[in-house]
Amino acid sequence: MSALSFDAIRLPPECDALRQEVRTFLAEEIAAGTYNPQEPGNDHGFSPEFSRKVGAKGWIGITWPKRYGGHERSFLERYVVTEEFRVANAPVRLHFVADRQSGPVLLKYANDAIKGDVLPRICRGEVCFAIGMSEPGSGSDLFAAATRATRTNGGWLINGTKVWTSNAHHAHYLIGLFRTSPASKDNRRHGLTQFLVDMKTPGISVNPIYQMTGQHDFNEVVFQDAFMPDDHVLGEVDGAWKQATSELAYERSGPERFLETFYVLQELVRVLGANPDVRGAEGLGRLVAQVHSLRRMSVSVAGMLHAGKEPVVEAAIVKDVGTLWEQALPQRARELAAFVEEGASNRATFEEQLRFATLIAPKLTIQGGTTEILRGIIARGLGLR
Amino acid sequence: MESTSLIVETASRLLRHHCDPQTLNSTAGAAWQAPAWAALEQAGLPLAWVPEELGGAGVGIEEGFGLIGLAGRYALALPLTETLLAGWLLTRAEIAPPQGALTCAPTRRGDRVVLGSDGSLSGRLRAIPFAEGAQHLALIAEREHAGGHAIALIKLGDARVAAGRSIAGDALNVVSLEAVRPIATRTAPDGFDLDGLLAMGAAARAMQMSGALAAILDIAVAYANERVAFARPIAKFQAVQHNLARLAGESAAAMAAAGSAAQALAAASDAGERTRTPLADGLFLEVAAAKIRVGEAAGVGAAIAHQVLGAIGFTREHVLHRFTQRLWAWRDDFDNESAWAVRLGALIAARGSDGLWPLLASR
Repeated sequence: MSALSFDAIRLPPECDALRQEVRTFLAEEIAAGTYNPQEPGNDHGFSPEFSRKVGAKGWIGITWPKRYGGHERSFLERYVVTEEFRVANAPVRLHFVADRQSGPVLLKYANDAIKGDVLPRICRGEVCFAIGMSEPGSGSDLFAAATRATRTNGGWLINGTKVWTSNAHHAHYLIGLFRTSPASKDNRRHGLTQFLVDMKTPGISVNPIYQMTGQHDFNEVVFQDAFMPDDHVLGEVDGAWKQATSELAYERSGPERFLETFYVLQELVRVLGANPDVRGAEGLGRLVAQVHSLRRMSVSVAGMLHAGKEPVVEAAIVKDVGTLWEQALPQRARELAAFVEEGASNRATFEEQLRFATLIAPKLTIQGGTTEILRGIIARGLGLR
Repeated sequence: MESTSLIVETASRLLRHHCDPQTLNSTAGAAWQAPAWAALEQAGLPLAWVPEELGGAGVGIEEGFGLIGLAGRYALALPLTETLLAGWLLTRAEIAPPQGALTCAPTRRGDRVVLGSDGSLSGRLRAIPFAEGAQHLALIAEREHAGGHAIALIKLGDARVAAGRSIAGDALNVVSLEAVRPIATRTAPDGFDLDGLLAMGAAARAMQMSGALAAILDIAVAYANERVAFARPIAKFQAVQHNLARLAGESAAAMAAAGSAAQALAAASDAGERTRTPLADGLFLEVAAAKIRVGEAAGVGAAIAHQVLGAIGFTREHVLHRFTQRLWAWRDDFDNESAWAVRLGALIAARGSDGLWPLLASR
């Protein structure tokens, strides 16, 4: 019998009040003109002012221990905050990665001094993190990373280049994967170590790589004898491969893995109007059924994580199915709107959002683990490799 | 949603013993059916949803759906789901169901039975599963003059049952009623109409299909690990791995969507809503989404399983077709995914853009 599990888990009642609070906050921010939710394509994704407000609300590091500035609330409450912010196109770029990924890594592997210093600042919405994984010769094949960290007095010297590093031009810190030993014969994953990198360290330069949308999101990060103190090693030297897998379930199954282009669906509903023809209604009905099913899968995985399980395969499935869905959505919306009268009141907004979503769609099945990598993980989980 | 409840455990044991797909596939004829049905009846499974005071087992809605999912895992070619639904329908009007195989109607929106002022029933019902073979039919009818709805029980011998088979070869019949005298008839509870039956039926078929999808995933994975080509198991080929990963994704989506709808209907029933219609928007979304998404998964999933198994999967000899043919057939029962999608789309459009996310987030 297949071991996949997707129980019908519901968010607990305490999430309802929180959801209302978040919606009220977002409505006030939108009314105050902090950002325009109709413009997912603008550069307002990065907003120090907004992130600080979110931090003050207590919605960053929501699950972390109070002594590090966290709020010791549940992972399911974090889920609600994440999905409401995502659907409202809120400008969370500054704190999102730190909240989802970097903070939890520090909690697990950093010493107490670093935790006491960095985590409270993340919770206040002051600190931006980047992730240094990919290199010119190492993308999906993570364990081919060649950027070296070599021992020196009291620490390590880093030399090499990371690429496609989102947020590096804003980031205060980066958590990166560096080669500390050659791969061993029997384990090609051996020899990589995770470091916390302070981006102010001399010897680090950040060069923009512009995307085909015209936006500046990712970068090339060059290290030239950049010094890392010993206590910035996160986890086991040469043993980073043991640390990566369980956290990926958090990274892969969240609402951002199927709601990235959701605004297109909302705008499509507006374009089709209150009485769509059979073709429009059927198309819309299928899309809503699909996104509802994805959300129920995603909440189910969140519930398993909350219960302390490690649904690695289920999480990979959510990202595989979810990113393909959000990627196909602009095309589907375009087809369904094809015969709608030009006069639809929001036609211009729809066209603009469609253009943006179409442009960013290719990256959705690449970032954070490609479709091909995910299917390899699922295949392993099925017992095929 | 396969709970390890006693009833599901019992069913699992009985189905393994009497209805193992591999055994049935190598057995000619239908001689297995009578003893298998007798065993299920003996354990009280077909009337699980009927309360004890009406002669049933009084099992909860969610557990009953678990039973239906299990029937799907076995590609069970007996009217277990249909009898469960018929018992559930009769219970709405406190009619005690008879023993034996039952089926229920209508299974399509647009079909109607009219209860005349003389107390007789007339109408034409397309596509009633297992009408040929079942003894009784439970149905919901429109009351001709009084208005409202009635729930009735008839002997199938009193109706005209046209011969017919589904794409899976199971009985699927056009049933015509011409002034048929029911065995029992009662007014349906306030606010209960065909949509209530279609919702339960759609969720049940979604559970059944999700069970069958889980089964074909297991079959295809096992086959890929055994079958050697080009000097290695085909499971080692990336193209095959990726196809199976997609099948796992479809099976997962089906499991989540169907399980969620079943649980939502169970919760509504526990809350005393008794599946009143029109269904609340959230409940309608759950049921419609399940039938739509699972129906889509059935099509995609069956195609992948066949691709992985190659020619052997296309034979009578191999067990795969018992599942894939039923997946194709079950998509059409209690309205197909297109019909549900048109209704769901209309609901979403009527609620408007700002109403979409709150509805999704409420589930």
